[in-house]
Amino acid sequence: MKMNVSLPGLDLKNPIMPASGCFGFGKEYSEFYDLSKLGAICVKAVSPLMKRGNPTPRVAETPGGMLNAIGLQNPGLESVMENELPWLERFDVPIIVNIAGNTIEEYMDVARVVSKAPNVKAVELNISCPNVKEGGIAFGTDPYIAKELTARVKDVCHVPVYVKLSPNVTDIVTIAKAVEEGGADGLSMINTLLGMRLDLKTGKPILANETGGLSGSAIKPVAVRMIYTVSQQVSIPIIGMGGVTNADDALELILAGASAVAVGTQNFVDPFACPTIIEELEEKLKDYHVDHIGELTGRSWRPSLQPLTTR
Amino acid sequence: MKKVEAMTVVSQRTIANNIYECSLKGDLVSVMNEPGQFVHLKVTDGIEPTLRRPISICSVDTNERTFTMVYRVEGIGTKKLSHKLPGERVNVLGPLGHGFPMEELKSESHCLLVGGGIGVPPLYELAKQLTSKGHSVTAVLGFRSKEDVFYEREFSRLGPTFVATEDGSYGEMGFVTDVIGAKQLTGDCYYACGPRPMLKAIESNMPIPGFLSLEERMGCGIGACLACVCDMKNEAGYRKVCSDGPVFKAGEVVV
Repeated sequence: MKMNVSLPGLDLKNPIMPASGCFGFGKEYSEFYDLSKLGAICVKAVSPLMKRGNPTPRVAETPGGMLNAIGLQNPGLESVMENELPWLERFDVPIIVNIAGNTIEEYMDVARVVSKAPNVKAVELNISCPNVKEGGIAFGTDPYIAKELTARVKDVCHVPVYVKLSPNVTDIVTIAKAVEEGGADGLSMINTLLGMRLDLKTGKPILANETGGLSGSAIKPVAVRMIYTVSQQVSIPIIGMGGVTNADDALELILAGASAVAVGTQNFVDPFACPTIIEELEEKLKDYHVDHIGELTGRSWRPSLQPLTTR
Repeated sequence: MKKVEAMTVVSQRTIANNIYECSLKGDLVSVMNEPGQFVHLKVTDGIEPTLRRPISICSVDTNERTFTMVYRVEGIGTKKLSHKLPGERVNVLGPLGHGFPMEELKSESHCLLVGGGIGVPPLYELAKQLTSKGHSVTAVLGFRSKEDVFYEREFSRLGPTFVATEDGSYGEMGFVTDVIGAKQLTGDCYYACGPRPMLKAIESNMPIPGFLSLEERMGCGIGACLACVCDMKNEAGYRKVCSDGPVFKAGEVVV
């Protein structure tokens, strides 16, 4: 077993998982492959009550990526507990529930309940959604609030807590350290970068929300840089994400400092993205002087004696 | 399990101003049974463009294992698609979505097919299937101008066909609704696909039951990303254009 990864709350058979918001609650992708192949599944953000999301258009394409402003549309906590999570129990895969709220209490309310579901092995606090007016990113840009939110959710949550960081900050290290102090068990990074496109026929924004979150290949260098920087400053593990389209991209995030990797936008391009990356990654590892994929985490900044590959 | 397939281009030609007709061959054709469904195409191996392109299925030939799309070149995705030559491959995800329902039609029904611009193509496979099941069709096809008109002859073979152009340069002058009114066209039900203002006008003017096919910017095309939702008319919920639609019963969703 070269590919298994052990993280707080999560025993992953491989380090690849779909990223929150890019995989719904798994049903659609289960029509393409057996979801048990995945390292984990990070489901769409769950809020206490159903959220309708933003008006359309909600997506706009950009060079090497896309902007989205879905607005955290989801069926709400009760429906997720009754319908979505039980349905996922048929697969041998740990579930990470992404949580969104307008107030600290709302995050706590969702965490308290979802962390009792038998297949939920961790939660991910979404303090970085750029597409909602309240909550979301407000919690992700102020280190004091981010720390307090983390600490208070930790008090009521029955599983480890990962905090998803926003790249839309002056200094991501400050936020990362703050949530680590607040008791976070791990970090997820990065969420989307705030961006915008205009329609040249109307002169107006393409997205009904005007601004949206940029994802896809275009943001991978930003993810690599931020994971590289943060992983040297904190001692909790990082689930890396941002523009991963293939095994090479995943390896780059791992070498930068990620222990596991989430795949987002690429699921839309290729519904088989995750299982394909898992297979490719296993093949690639044969070229490396390692017994286990964990040895590659942070290799970019760790002192090393041997060359990385045999080729 | 659903699949994707690298299908082979067998033909590609221009049939009107900026309008292309392209046929692809492959195994997925065997599951293309419902008129009104669409395919989601990856037109390049690279990252430009990033996303797939949803294109409606215009006609299906199961014996030849081919299906035909008629599309308008709008941006880089469709432009790259239009450059594909016979023998080249296109990565196809589909067929996706729910098409035009025909099960509830009484035998020998008369159906009015209303298409606007690039909304015309999915109605062609529908017309073929309806007529082969013993129903009759009348088609009303709207275009901007004479050079935009396509498939008039194809529809004429299946039933009476009227063409309207906004500038009057071909057929009747005006919109499809003008033609329907002037000729007093009706039937047991209607099927419509076209721009939103056209669908709105049809939905509010037609006194008979009908079905509308919607277009929206899409991400995944399979119902996971929630990019292409539309509101429902009577309840608080929403529908996904890609996986609940693209065809909805008139009155079900806000057009």
